[in-house]
Amino acid sequence: MAVQELSLAAERQQPKRRGHFSRAFARLLRKKIAFVCMVTLLVLYGGSALANWIAPYGYTAQDYSAIRQAPSIVTDQGIGGFFTKSHFAGTDRLGRDLFTRVLWGIQNTMLLTIVAMATGGLLIGVTLGLLSGYFGGRVDSIIMRTGEVTSSFPDIFLVIIIAATLRPRILDWVRWLEDNTVLDGLVRSGVADYIVISIALVSFSWFGAARLLRAQVLTLKETQFVESAKAIGGSTPRIIFVHLLPNAIGPMVITVTMGMGSMVGAEIILSWIGLGIQPPRPSLGVMLLQGGHISVLRNEPWMLLAPGIAAWMMVLSWNLLGDALYDVLNPRTR
Amino acid sequence: MWVYIVRRLAWLPFLLLAVSFITFTLGRFGPGDPVIVMLGNRYDPDSQVTKNLRHELGLDRPFHVQYVDYVWNFAQGDFGESLRFRGQPVKGLILQKMWVSAQLAIAAMIVSVGVGLPFGFWIAHWQGRWQDPATVTFALALMSIPIMVTVPGLLWVFCLKLHWIPCSGWGGFFDVRILVPAITMGVPGIAGFIRLMRASTLDVLGQDFIRTAKSKGLNPSIVESRHVARNAMIPIITILSFSLAGLISGSFIVETILGVPGIGRFAVDSVFNRDYPVIMAVTLIAASAFVLANLAADVAYAFVDPRIRYN
Repeated sequence: MAVQELSLAAERQQPKRRGHFSRAFARLLRKKIAFVCMVTLLVLYGGSALANWIAPYGYTAQDYSAIRQAPSIVTDQGIGGFFTKSHFAGTDRLGRDLFTRVLWGIQNTMLLTIVAMATGGLLIGVTLGLLSGYFGGRVDSIIMRTGEVTSSFPDIFLVIIIAATLRPRILDWVRWLEDNTVLDGLVRSGVADYIVISIALVSFSWFGAARLLRAQVLTLKETQFVESAKAIGGSTPRIIFVHLLPNAIGPMVITVTMGMGSMVGAEIILSWIGLGIQPPRPSLGVMLLQGGHISVLRNEPWMLLAPGIAAWMMVLSWNLLGDALYDVLNPRTR
Repeated sequence: MWVYIVRRLAWLPFLLLAVSFITFTLGRFGPGDPVIVMLGNRYDPDSQVTKNLRHELGLDRPFHVQYVDYVWNFAQGDFGESLRFRGQPVKGLILQKMWVSAQLAIAAMIVSVGVGLPFGFWIAHWQGRWQDPATVTFALALMSIPIMVTVPGLLWVFCLKLHWIPCSGWGGFFDVRILVPAITMGVPGIAGFIRLMRASTLDVLGQDFIRTAKSKGLNPSIVESRHVARNAMIPIITILSFSLAGLISGSFIVETILGVPGIGRFAVDSVFNRDYPVIMAVTLIAASAFVLANLAADVAYAFVDPRIRYN
């Protein structure tokens, strides 16, 4: 398009040279959809991170005078009353404020998916992908074959099996820790749940990142600048961290972003079937399960609406952002 | 090409061995066992009943003996007996459930293809205008709705408000109750088919013979239907026909909510009931189907696009 070409030409004329990523980021901001997605994610994640302070109620607090109340706002008690007395998303069958619970639910999902992505997708995936692509040979085939095995489990069945079998074991260990050390209240705080779910999610996410990075490294390894780096005696770590990794980041960013969408989905499914964060801690999956019963749908449809919209916005924003990043970072579509 | 296919197939038994080992180990590693589930409240770790039952099921043997025994039987086509449904061979149980899931998957495929292809064909003609990105974004938006929201949402509309269909149950392929699961499982695939069809149509639209057909004054609708649509369908049909192989894994959430007796729901129930033979069989069958479907897709792509070479 003419306008885009003009702006690109304007970019080229700028005396100060900008790096690949700052240019990509500038292009990303110009895409309206990507911008909206980033703002949405920022609001959702920022709001849920501050859930402790901005949620109008406690997540287990029951209001017996407002059981099964439809979404409503209080207008006759001033600004303070509006924010602290309203039930923006209604209440559930125990009189708990749904807005509060959704905020905390998003927080749980956010923590779990980010931890799982950082450890599984990035740390494990990137390390194994690098090893596999750079060294090749036996290391490569072992890593890739292992990945094929874990990814040939149907759907997220492996995640379910791992969560179902590991949970009691890890709960035992955590209880043992509580009994034998000064640590206390670990089980009640849900630490064990977090560990189980993270492990389960990692099992499902590492291979995509590893395979992608391997492919990247395989092509980059043959380029002249890597060859010359080797020729002048660059050490292996230097070649990996200075020459290979920075050049492979673009596609990684796309995969990670798109992967976050399915990761959020997997976390919600896990808690939906009862293997995720345990009640009374709120999780989107459990709220969707409760809101999805026919009798609830018939009488209190807002119980599905609040967690449903939150989950949908999260998955959608990640997916659209990934899509936009693909356009922006892919050299061929520029 | 043949060498590639044979090499991939030769890897399958090893992959199945690894998958079975992981599943087997995870199953045994988890606490509790089928005996506890079967006896329920009457379970007492020291009673003779428990010991007899455990012995009868062969669960008191060492781990490696059980595993080797299982693999040996599996290799001979014997999947064992279900622990939960005593006396019923796993093979029969699974085949029956799989047939249900396959019907569901075919219905879902009809939805994806039926919506995705026309839209993909349509937006290819609008390349570069607002309809083009808007359709893709809309399809992505539909795809991103979690299944746990789609199913109750559809039920709310069709069952509670319009009273068109009963709220749950299963009546086979030609029953109206297949609508909700078919839409739920079909909608996520729409975005993919739109993209495929769009790319393929754009490819054909740029060809010389389309320009020739247009310039000799042929009726535009005939050009569209005979020249463009037909040629754009070739790669898609090839890919589609091969991807039918991967349809059996089922969707356990949809099946659970709607009470559809399919393989996905059966598999998850078995995890909770520690019905080891069923878990193993489902995993192994699905893993082989997955590998074969992937291989078929690779072959299909090479078939459609002669530039793709495997070595």
